[in-house]
Amino acid sequence: MAKSLNARIHSMVWMAVISAVVGLSGCQQNGGDADEILIGHFGSLTGSEATFGKSTDNGIILAVEEINATGGIRGKKVRLITYDDKGEAREAGTAVTRLITKDQVVAVLGEVASGLSLAGAPVCQENGIPMISPSSTNPKVTQVGDMIFRVCFIDPFQGSVCAKFAREHEGLKAAKAAILTDQASPYSVGLQEEFEKAFVALGGTVVSKQTYQGGDQDFSAQLTAIRGEAPDILFVPGYYTDVGNIALQAEKLQLKVPMLGGDGWDSSKLGEIAGKAIDGCFYSNHYSHEDPNPRVQEFIRKYNEKHSQTPDGLAALGYDAARILFEAMKRTESLKGADLAAELSKTKDFDGVTGKISINEERNAVKPAVILQMKDGKPSYVSTIQP
Amino acid sequence: MPRDSTQSPQTRLTPANSGFSGTTGNAWYGLFPLVAGLAMATALQFILPGAAGPYYSRIVIDAGIAIVLAVSLNIVNGMTGQFSIGHAGFMALGGYTAGILTHYGSMLLWGSAGRHGGFLGSGELLFAASCLAGGLISAVAGYVVGLPSLRLRGDYLAIVTLGFGEIMRVILQQTGRVIDDAEKFRSGGLSQLIPPPVGGAVGFDGLPKYTSLFWVYSLVTVTVVVAYRLKVSSPGRAMISVREDEIAAQAMGVDIARQKVMAFVIAAFFAGAAGGMFAHESGVIISPRDAGFQRSFDYVIMTVLGGRGSISGVLIAAAVLTALPEMLRDFEQYRLIVYALLLIMMMLVRPQGLFGIHEIWDLFAPFLRRQQKAAP
Repeated sequence: MAKSLNARIHSMVWMAVISAVVGLSGCQQNGGDADEILIGHFGSLTGSEATFGKSTDNGIILAVEEINATGGIRGKKVRLITYDDKGEAREAGTAVTRLITKDQVVAVLGEVASGLSLAGAPVCQENGIPMISPSSTNPKVTQVGDMIFRVCFIDPFQGSVCAKFAREHEGLKAAKAAILTDQASPYSVGLQEEFEKAFVALGGTVVSKQTYQGGDQDFSAQLTAIRGEAPDILFVPGYYTDVGNIALQAEKLQLKVPMLGGDGWDSSKLGEIAGKAIDGCFYSNHYSHEDPNPRVQEFIRKYNEKHSQTPDGLAALGYDAARILFEAMKRTESLKGADLAAELSKTKDFDGVTGKISINEERNAVKPAVILQMKDGKPSYVSTIQP
Repeated sequence: MPRDSTQSPQTRLTPANSGFSGTTGNAWYGLFPLVAGLAMATALQFILPGAAGPYYSRIVIDAGIAIVLAVSLNIVNGMTGQFSIGHAGFMALGGYTAGILTHYGSMLLWGSAGRHGGFLGSGELLFAASCLAGGLISAVAGYVVGLPSLRLRGDYLAIVTLGFGEIMRVILQQTGRVIDDAEKFRSGGLSQLIPPPVGGAVGFDGLPKYTSLFWVYSLVTVTVVVAYRLKVSSPGRAMISVREDEIAAQAMGVDIARQKVMAFVIAAFFAGAAGGMFAHESGVIISPRDAGFQRSFDYVIMTVLGGRGSISGVLIAAAVLTALPEMLRDFEQYRLIVYALLLIMMMLVRPQGLFGIHEIWDLFAPFLRRQQKAAP
């Protein structure tokens, strides 16, 4: 009996500890002061796409510091609240709900992954708070409603850019394409569909369509099948970790076909993983850090000072998204959701790091894409393709 | 564990509180928990959003869904002693089934996939029926997955259930795009339902958002009442005997195979219904990822933490583990580390789970017993 009583006391003590922890951490409130403007960001700071969320956050932080250094917006400082969503849709919805209803932010930035933006967007739309996605390329995201914007191009554009480049670039002039898609990723599937459509429309043929699951380690079966079809180009619209492994295994299998991909390749990790194997391959991106434009070089210098690394495309988009938001805030007197959204939709020829950005009626950004080529494990600029 | 406590819930069972008695006075006793639960759900629905705001209401909804999933999984893992790590597969199957019914059903009935009707309006009734249908389809799948458990035990069964979840995930990725245009859907034939247009890897978006505190906590009530009644009934006792010693149970005339399959079917039913609630929650898109083993593990953790077979323990564990990552937001990116540390500490301090095999009210049992002795 004594033992069982002891165990019971133990469990009670333990529960008290848990509730104390929960209670204490729940007590800290995040209410904003009257002389502050709160903006929110939700992103994948942990999980398999953590570098995307981190880069975006770094870009936004830089933009916030800049605006505060120049006196803020009409004398009010901007404060950023960032929440992690673990790359999970349910968490994304919860994080956005918290930003809007508890922290009372005036605008929300996020997400990178389209699937997560689609989870957060209805919450913003319902509450009438503008949301700007820095880099979700799936067309459905901004179709959620008139509060949802984006500052990147969309899949149909990126797919057609890749197809056009593959068909028309000197030294490629591909007639036969093979495609290797990550079936588990909405981004990859969407981009593959658009590429195929555009490539066929331009007179090319798709000779082989293979799939993998994000996180797979062995691609030899798919690559062997592709080698048998002797394509001129291999389109791999995946994320950098898988693409790196695919390049390594393609080299082992003596598959000497240039690979082409989308902005999911954009990470300094790609060169680290694939090394020489990825040299000569192309991908489309939002910006190139080799762009001589002073606006771009100034951004790279500042980013390097602050975070001591070269910004990738996602950081640049995060930065642009935040700056477009601040510009709209400066132009309008009221920071109410509807007024801010109306002002955001008037954005025209904004001189961003990722090119001149205009927002169209569908609240999508109209802007150019750049094509980069991997050389010695680093991306280098090849060409810019206008919309 | 202390041996003397084996006498606690079982031996105190009388016909009056087991809920299997036929007299009218006891019928009320049997209905009381359901009525009380529904009253609580209604109260939550009308009071909580106003009092605590949408953010906390949302966490409470999430906790409710987690409670249903964890308590139902506990019937398989805790009471029957099998090890299922494919519970999310049942949840996703139910969620997608319910989603198809509400999304395309609304299009056929009302010409748009949007929300229809207010609280307890026709839209919500369609939603409730869809969740029920999702549960039934999952129950059928539960029967199929339960069958191999006749021959497999322990780790081997775990692999089968894991396989089920992963198969669900991959199948769901192969599905077609969601049809958003009601006119197009109405004019097209049934052939457009194959493969099911549920969005593939993107997930099933655009579902009407019907999930509310009332519906979630009504389901919680039913789940907890069923689980508890099961635990104190003879089929439940048979399940527990399977957990304790299969050979001994068989020797006593328990049909082991039947008990295992029954546990799977009941658990899958509630998981499917909870999946329906999950798919229709605002700010959530049910996607193939939700069928994967990572999500299944979330619920396994809840049952382990709550205690094998302890309904109240698992209920509390599910609520705490859902709320905890949100409460730890102030730790920013370290919150998952803090979360994991708390789990490890918990397992070190109480390896048998929050309440072990007991219920929360057993904590007060010595006190009650003393009172009972004093009364007559």
